[in-house]
Amino acid sequence: MKTYILPSIKITIILLVILSGLYPLAIAGIGKLTPGHGDGETVQYKGRVVGYANEGQKFTKDEYFWSRPSAANYQADAGAGSNKGPTNADYLNKDVKGRIDTFLKHNPGVTKDQIPAELVTASGSGLDPDLSPVGAKIQATRIAKARGISEQQVLALVDAHTEGPLLGLFGPAKVNVLKLNVALDELKK
Amino acid sequence: MNTEYIGIIFMYLATIALAIPLGKYIAKVFKGEKTWLDFMAPLERLIFKFSGIDPNREMNWKQHLKALLTVNFIWLIYTFFCLLFQGRLPLNPDHNPSQTPDLAFNTALSFVTNTNLQDYSGESGATYYTQLYVLMFLHFVSAATGIAAMMVVFKAMKDKVTDKLGNFWDYLVKSITRLFLPLSFVVAVILAFNGTPTSFKGKDTIIGLQGDTIHVSRGPAAAMIAIKQTGTNGGGWFGANSAHPFENPNYLTNMVENSSIFLISVALVFALGFYLNKKKLAWVIFGVMTAGFLIMVFPSVIAEVNGNPGIAHLGVSQPGGSMEGKEVRFGPAASAMWGVTTTVTSNGSVNAMHDSMMPVSGMAQMFDMMINSFYGGVGVGYLNFYIFIIIAVFISGLMVGRTPEFMGRKIEAREMKIASLIALLHPFIILVGTSIASYVLVHYPNADWATKPSAWLNNPGSHGFSEMLYQYASSAANNGSGYAGLTANNIFWNVSTGLVIFVGRFFPIIGPVAIAGILANKKFIPESAGTLKTDTVTFGVMVFAVIIIVAALSFFPALTLGPIAEHFSLK
Repeated sequence: MKTYILPSIKITIILLVILSGLYPLAIAGIGKLTPGHGDGETVQYKGRVVGYANEGQKFTKDEYFWSRPSAANYQADAGAGSNKGPTNADYLNKDVKGRIDTFLKHNPGVTKDQIPAELVTASGSGLDPDLSPVGAKIQATRIAKARGISEQQVLALVDAHTEGPLLGLFGPAKVNVLKLNVALDELKK
Repeated sequence: MNTEYIGIIFMYLATIALAIPLGKYIAKVFKGEKTWLDFMAPLERLIFKFSGIDPNREMNWKQHLKALLTVNFIWLIYTFFCLLFQGRLPLNPDHNPSQTPDLAFNTALSFVTNTNLQDYSGESGATYYTQLYVLMFLHFVSAATGIAAMMVVFKAMKDKVTDKLGNFWDYLVKSITRLFLPLSFVVAVILAFNGTPTSFKGKDTIIGLQGDTIHVSRGPAAAMIAIKQTGTNGGGWFGANSAHPFENPNYLTNMVENSSIFLISVALVFALGFYLNKKKLAWVIFGVMTAGFLIMVFPSVIAEVNGNPGIAHLGVSQPGGSMEGKEVRFGPAASAMWGVTTTVTSNGSVNAMHDSMMPVSGMAQMFDMMINSFYGGVGVGYLNFYIFIIIAVFISGLMVGRTPEFMGRKIEAREMKIASLIALLHPFIILVGTSIASYVLVHYPNADWATKPSAWLNNPGSHGFSEMLYQYASSAANNGSGYAGLTANNIFWNVSTGLVIFVGRFFPIIGPVAIAGILANKKFIPESAGTLKTDTVTFGVMVFAVIIIVAALSFFPALTLGPIAEHFSLK
């Protein structure tokens, strides 16, 4: 058995040095050259870091675009989905229905069938940073009223922040909620 | 919606287009021919010199298995103790605690075996030391173990009457230095430039725009995520895996990661063709696997894009399909595509929560893991397929009255016994596990345990049953994805899935290697008019039929209780 045990231990040691030591260090070195310097890209408002571009935040005030519901309450050190199944009656009739009612209450004039499902279902990570353009625009009237600006201004802001499909070809269009809300705050009133 | 379809079709075709030259390259590496990565040779010599290994010493199949099992055992011990004491080890900026013994047992088995079932969340359940020096290390070496075992089978098929099946250490090291490390490097750099963290800084605390205090987990994740995908491992840095915006920041990274999930598995099929100079056989195998893959993808994509009737019933619209558990930047089509690729390949990473997907998708994902060889995990996917080939050769030989032969060797009783045992072992461990769990749940719901069985499930009815069935299917297939609603971090689940994982990994490696080794020792019979041709479409159909019959007969009753029942209860 010595034929195998000793080489096994030695090869483990040297592979640990190469794979677990050198490889991530090399990637960390390259990461320094990236936009976020490997620490994660941040978003600033008035010179203060208000969040990470890739991670969603909770927005509950009427004057902000709301993010999607989160099973993790947007805790960025414990992201998770709801893991509720598609036929879970309890979840659908309490949680999802409750979200629909809340949305309708805060957005008078919007009818149920106009609400896209993403606004009442929890995301996979609990930290979804995005909305679809539809999911953002449906909130425009509420935001315009709360901020005393025109609805056109809000809609234009959504259009300006919409990222189309990759190369115009692949995947869905999306809007980053945090960047959009920072842009709202930056609007002159 | 169209761009979502174009996205997944392009991703799939691009991966196949890349897999063919990659397969040719892999064959060259293991034939010892010149390749452009020969500059890695000094590094390999250093590894062998340090370890006191002569990479040119030929081994027979038994020696291969001894080396494989010994080194895997050492990794298991090392991993278990690191996890058990991780709280006191260095590189723990977030001050995370050590794992409990049952969790460490499960995690160690899970990562040594390329499964990566995670009963913990990376943010709080592991440290930077264990993520890099234990879990990511195992991402590399467990994938390399699969390739090494597969290479023994390749070599045994190649040469006429031989005992010399190459050197285990040589296969192991070369699959790392020539395949996994370079490919992971490229993927990690792409991830880094798209926003995945790479630095060693711990948690950041910030005040959000609305005034909430937010703790942001970070860490050198890009390096790990790259090998998690290319090595069909699946164990992520963060708990939400590739649904987490740091692990998978945008649609480009999603395409790259999803492609990496099955690129090598597909390439290995072509590698077989180039290595044996039997390209037609490779195309037949590829055809069977692809047929199985597509049969799973179509219904799943359609179901997710169409949305959940339960949500529609509440009166809201579903322009983006079923969105529970999904991320806006990927959408339903790419989430369904990922769900199938990650389960056919024994990868197990997720970009959406499978527990919240439609029953049709759940059924596809479970069926993928129950078959476990449509593309399959790196190396081991082909080993599983090899078992089905042996069975198909034997059955079709009997049907047409010809001696069952494969690659010039007679398939006889001993090989068939091993093949049948391995083929039946998989359903056995999945179904027995699920039955025991169901029994305990029904008869002892309030047993006085830390987690009462009545608190295991996150969903009622047939979906709850699916959570248990999925967990054992995932463990046995060494997949590692989960219906994550299941409360799995307790002694019952940690221990039972740990055992299933162990059995589901090592026997399906030992079996095919043994068969190939035995066959390689047999007299070589040149092809004649009486030989059953294995590189034909007819034989491909035969293999496909064997797979479906074995899997369908074993699993159909269980699937009926789970996803099928749930599908018909949708309203």
